[in-house]
Amino acid sequence: MTPTTRTRWAILGLTGPAYLWLAGTIFLPLTAMLVLSFLDKSPLVPQPASFTLANYQAYFSKSFYWPLTRWSIELGLWVTLFCFLIGYPAAFALAKRVKGRWREAIFLLIVLPFWSNALVRVFSWTMVLRSNGIVDVAVQSVFPGAPTIDLLFSYPAVIIGLVHSYLPYMILTCYIALQAIDDSLIEAGRSLGANRFTTFYRVILPLSLPGIVSGAALIFVPVIGSFMEPRILGGTKGATLGMNIEEQFTVTANWPLGAALSFILLAIVLVIFGILYPVLRRQGGGA
Amino acid sequence: MRRLLDGGIRFYLILVLVFLYLPILVMALLAFNKSPLYGLPFEFDLVWFDALANNKRLLTAGWNSVWIALANTLIATSLGTMAAVAFGRYSFRGKTLLQALLFPPIAIPWLVIGTAMLVFFFWSGIGRGLHSILLGHVALSLPYVIFVVGARLNDYPKALEEAAATLGATPWQVFRRVSVPILAPGVVAASLFAFAVSFDQFVISYFLAPPGVTTLPVEIYTSIRKGFTPEINAISTIIIAVSMGLMLIVARFYRFGGERSGNE
Repeated sequence: MTPTTRTRWAILGLTGPAYLWLAGTIFLPLTAMLVLSFLDKSPLVPQPASFTLANYQAYFSKSFYWPLTRWSIELGLWVTLFCFLIGYPAAFALAKRVKGRWREAIFLLIVLPFWSNALVRVFSWTMVLRSNGIVDVAVQSVFPGAPTIDLLFSYPAVIIGLVHSYLPYMILTCYIALQAIDDSLIEAGRSLGANRFTTFYRVILPLSLPGIVSGAALIFVPVIGSFMEPRILGGTKGATLGMNIEEQFTVTANWPLGAALSFILLAIVLVIFGILYPVLRRQGGGA
Repeated sequence: MRRLLDGGIRFYLILVLVFLYLPILVMALLAFNKSPLYGLPFEFDLVWFDALANNKRLLTAGWNSVWIALANTLIATSLGTMAAVAFGRYSFRGKTLLQALLFPPIAIPWLVIGTAMLVFFFWSGIGRGLHSILLGHVALSLPYVIFVVGARLNDYPKALEEAAATLGATPWQVFRRVSVPILAPGVVAASLFAFAVSFDQFVISYFLAPPGVTTLPVEIYTSIRKGFTPEINAISTIIIAVSMGLMLIVARFYRFGGERSGNE
């Protein structure tokens, strides 16, 4: 069945504007930045630039970037892990144990913060974690004379803030996956003699894996490129690759180096997606 | 045993909710506290809301954010709905490719997209400013709109339109009486998404805002980095209260969380 000319114009007219917009604001800019990452001078400098590999070489030759990259990846892993450890049981309880209006209410309460400003939520943690903040005051009142707790500007603060920001993603994706599991499968496992643990490990966990993986992807990607949260909650400690890229564009104005670092970050993200892709793909066929 | 387990589950869910809401509540509380240095004990006062009312920078930034979010909602929802209708109604060559092209704006870290826009807009002469921030926000919102409207159109009831046409409806009547009612819920949900994406967007705006022109998140970030000002607590509390209030209203119309209690 070949589409008529009229249909073809309709398709073009309907999709054209959106894709022209995307081309001009996403795909052309990415191409421009790829070109820029091979230039030796920033476009802010009025002299003509020539091609070079120096920006990528700088990343691999300077020992300075490796700790930044490692901390960015570690941060992504820690945040994803904690989101899973906290979020999965919550999603499970919500999908399989809580019913009716309670479920609706709790579900709404979990997704609600999601719609408020992310920056504001990160900022709000500074008031909780600082010395003489709520955590500190609470501990002091229960154990007078306990050492002051000042978590602000530390690694844990960054992790806590990011887990708080991204936890709803994990709960949401796991909840959707868990809810789709037919209860009769679980009952079948139980009646065939499997105990609670075996049923969970052999039936529930594998079936909800796509939910876990898509949650992990939704969390890991933004966290690895984060710069605002580590800056507000981590201060000067724990510089991430993202923070360095931001500085190349806003402070030191070394755009070509920043562009190269951005593409290295993107390469890391692509590798991770490559690893997760088979699982994500299965999800498409599973439903 | 069973009751004990249920009690434990409820307790755990409450703990999770406490974790999610603790910082927000603390911030809201401190917005009404008199001491500027977050000093305790708590003393109720509206000084920071008064200060906010006189903070021109913050208010201008706030209005910028609202206008950009509204313009973004209008543009992204119309363009996105058009594309979603094309995907729902027609099958054509290159459709899968076009749909796959919607993933990069979602899957690439905003930092990379934001800096790439900065570079390209500089090179092409578009420059920085509210107009380029709007360009960027629409790009980020489009994929969400297309997915949300598209989810509704997964099996586009083409037959209904054809039936209406054979029964003598004019194309306009078909559009008005058949297509629009089918599309409406998806479009409303998508426009809410688009508004939230834009109003919340910090990273892209941060790179595209020239000195002196800001949106609310950018202005808040700058204030935080300069030093803590309780006015930020006040405006943040307002933002959170308004956005959560809006969502609660929406939730009354759209049921989140799956089925009702009926099928227990």
